[in-house]
Amino acid sequence: MSGFWGKATAIVVKDVLAELRRKDVAASMLVFALLLLVVFNFAFDITAENEDLLGAGVIWATFTFAGVLGFTRSFVLEKEKDCLSGLMLCPVDRASIYAGKMIASLAFMLLVEAIALPLFAVLFDLDVFQLGMLPVVLLATVGFAAVGTLFSAVAVNSRARDIMLPLLFLPVVVPVIIAAVKSTQHILAGDPWSELWSWLEIMAAFDAVFMVISSYMFEFVTEQ
Amino acid sequence: MTVQSDAAVEVRGLVKAFGTRRVLRGIDLRVRQGEFMTLFGPNGAGKSTLLKVLATLSRPTSGSAHVAGRDVRSEATEVRRLIGVVPHESLLYEDLTPRENLRFYARMYDVPRAGQRIQEVVEMVGLSGRMDDRVGTLSRGMQQRLSIARALLHDPPLLLLDEPHTGLDQQALTTLRDVLCDALKRGRTIVMSTHSLDEGVRLGTHAAIMVRGRIAYEERAETFDAQALAREYERCTGARA
Amino acid sequence: MNRLHALLHHRRLPDALLALSFGLMAGTLYLIFMYVPTEESMGIVQRIFYFHVPIAWVASLAFFIVFVCSIGYLATRTQGWDRVAYCAGEIGVLFTTLVLITGSLWAKPAWGTWWEWEPRLTTSLVLWLIYLAYILVRSYAADSTQGARFAAVVGIVGFIDVPIVFLAIRWWRTLHPSPVVFEGGSLTGAMRLTLMISLASFTLLFAHLLLRRVQVRRLADEVELLSQEIEEREEL
Repeated sequence: MSGFWGKATAIVVKDVLAELRRKDVAASMLVFALLLLVVFNFAFDITAENEDLLGAGVIWATFTFAGVLGFTRSFVLEKEKDCLSGLMLCPVDRASIYAGKMIASLAFMLLVEAIALPLFAVLFDLDVFQLGMLPVVLLATVGFAAVGTLFSAVAVNSRARDIMLPLLFLPVVVPVIIAAVKSTQHILAGDPWSELWSWLEIMAAFDAVFMVISSYMFEFVTEQ
Repeated sequence: MTVQSDAAVEVRGLVKAFGTRRVLRGIDLRVRQGEFMTLFGPNGAGKSTLLKVLATLSRPTSGSAHVAGRDVRSEATEVRRLIGVVPHESLLYEDLTPRENLRFYARMYDVPRAGQRIQEVVEMVGLSGRMDDRVGTLSRGMQQRLSIARALLHDPPLLLLDEPHTGLDQQALTTLRDVLCDALKRGRTIVMSTHSLDEGVRLGTHAAIMVRGRIAYEERAETFDAQALAREYERCTGARA
Repeated sequence: MNRLHALLHHRRLPDALLALSFGLMAGTLYLIFMYVPTEESMGIVQRIFYFHVPIAWVASLAFFIVFVCSIGYLATRTQGWDRVAYCAGEIGVLFTTLVLITGSLWAKPAWGTWWEWEPRLTTSLVLWLIYLAYILVRSYAADSTQGARFAAVVGIVGFIDVPIVFLAIRWWRTLHPSPVVFEGGSLTGAMRLTLMISLASFTLLFAHLLLRRVQVRRLADEVELLSQEIEEREEL
C-alpha cells in the first residue's frame, strides 16, 4: 500500500489493532462517558419535566469531555517508547500521518457514541434514534477529531498535558458544541429538517476548514 | 537543495539550540561512504542531538546538514528513505507482535515484497522464534534486536545508532556486532554513538570525541588503538572513558 | 524596506507615539465627557460605548497581528516575528479583559445583570480563552523555541476560529433575543466624531504599547543571548 491514503490507512489499522489488544482508549472513554451521564443527572437534577430541555446538553457535554480524554490517551500511547518519533522517521507526508491519527480517533469516538447513545436513551427516556442524529453525530465528531488530534499532539509534548488539551481544545470547538446541542434539541423536539440545516452547515464548514488547517499545522507541532 | 557530494554525511557549522541553550555549537563533520563513524563523549555532549538532526527528527537552528547530498531540512522525506535509525527508545508498539510491528513499518517505508524481507531481517537478528508474542513481553535485548530489524527493513545505505550497547545482554551484543559487520561489508555507512570505548573502536574507521556541543577530537584510522583513544578522551573531557 | 525597519526600531519612536497618544487621549476624554450629548435611551452610562468599542477593536487588531506574525514565524523561523506575536498577544489579553470589564460595567445599569450571553460579549470571552491558551502554551512547552512554535499554531488556528465562533453564537442567540445591544439607534454626527477620535486614540495607544513592549523584549532577548555566550565561554 502506498500513497497518501494507503499510509493513513496503515496507521488507522495499527491503532485499531493496538486498541483491540489493549482496550484502553475506547474503554476509558466509555466508562468516563457513563460516569458523566450519572453525574450530570444529579448535577442538573434531571426529571421527567426538564429532560427534554436538558437532554441535548447532557449528551454533548458528555461526548465533549469523553473526547478530550480519548484524544489525550491516543497520543500518550504513541509517546510510549517514543513511537511518535518512529512515525516521524517514516518517509511519509505529515498530513498523511495526521489523517491516520484523526480517522483512528474518529473511529474510537464514534464507537463510544454508538454505545453511549442507547444508554442515554434508556436513562433519560429520550428518543435519540432518529435519522437526523446521524449527520449531527458524524459532523460534530469529525470536528472534535480534527481539532483534537492537532492539539493533543501539542499537549502531549507539553509539561502540563492534562490541562493543556482542554485549554486549547474547548474554546476552539465552541461552534461545534453549540451546533450539536441545537440540532439535537430540534431533533428531540421533533422539529422539521429545515431547522437543522443551518446548524449542519456550520458544522460542515467547521470540519472542512479545520481538517485542512490542522493537516498543515501538524508538521509544525510534531517537529523537535 | 541537493549538494554535489559523495559524502554520506556532510555537516557544516551546525548549531542546534533549545531556546537559548545551545546543545550543538557549530559542528563540522564529513563522513565518507562506507565509513564506520563512532561518536564518543560524556552525557550532554550533544551526541544524541546530532544524530537526531541527521535523522530529520530535529531541525537545525542554523548551519547545514546533508545526508547523501540531500538537505535534512528541505528534502527530509528523501533523507528518511535513506536512513535506518536505532535510537535509545525501541520505537516499537508494545501491544503488537514483532510481525505486526514490522508489517506496519514495511508499509510505511513502501518495502517491496514485504513478507520476504521481514523474514530476512528477522533471521538476521535471530528473532524467528518470537514473532507472534507481544513486544511488551520481550526482553530489552530482544527488543533491541527487533529495533535493528526495523531499521534494516528498507535496506538503507546509512545507519544511525544512538548508544545501542547500553543494557544489552551478551547475545544481543553479539548480534549487534554481527549485523554492523555485515552492513559494513555490504558498503553501508554507519554513524554510532556509544559509551563503550571497546565496542566503538572494534569496527570503527572514523572516531570523534564530542564535548559540550563541539567536536574536540577527530581521527581516521584503519584500526584504532583503544588505549590511545582513551587517553585522548580523558584529555578532552577530564574524565575516564 | 530597510528605512521602514530603521524607523520602527528607532529608540525614540515609542516616546513620540506616547506623546501623540497622550495628547489625543486627552482630547478624546474631553469629547467623551464634555462634548458628546447624553444619549436619550440609556443615559450617561452609554458613554462607556466610546471606550468599549475602540478597546474591542484594538483587541481584534492585536489578534490579527498575532495571526500574521505567527505565519511569519513559521515561514521564516526568525525570532523577530515571534517577538512581535508574543507582545501583541500580551497586549491583546489585556485589552480583551478590558472589553469584558467595560461590557459588564455597561450591562449592569443597562440590563440589570453583570453578564449577558449575547453574541459579542460571549465571543470576546471565547477570544479571551484562546488568548490565554496562546500565552500558556509557551509556559508549558519544553523550551522557548518549541513554545514559540506551538504558540504560532494556536495563534493561527485561534484566529481562523473566531469568526466561526461569532457566527455560531449569533445564530444561537437569535432564538432568545437579548436586550437591545450596543447598536441602539443610529449615531449622530457628534457621536460619530467622538467614536472616530476615540478609535484613533486607542489605536495610537496600542501602537505605542506594542512598540515599547517589543523593544523591551528584544533587549531582554539580547541579554539572555549574551549571558548564554558568557556561560559557554566559562565552560571552556
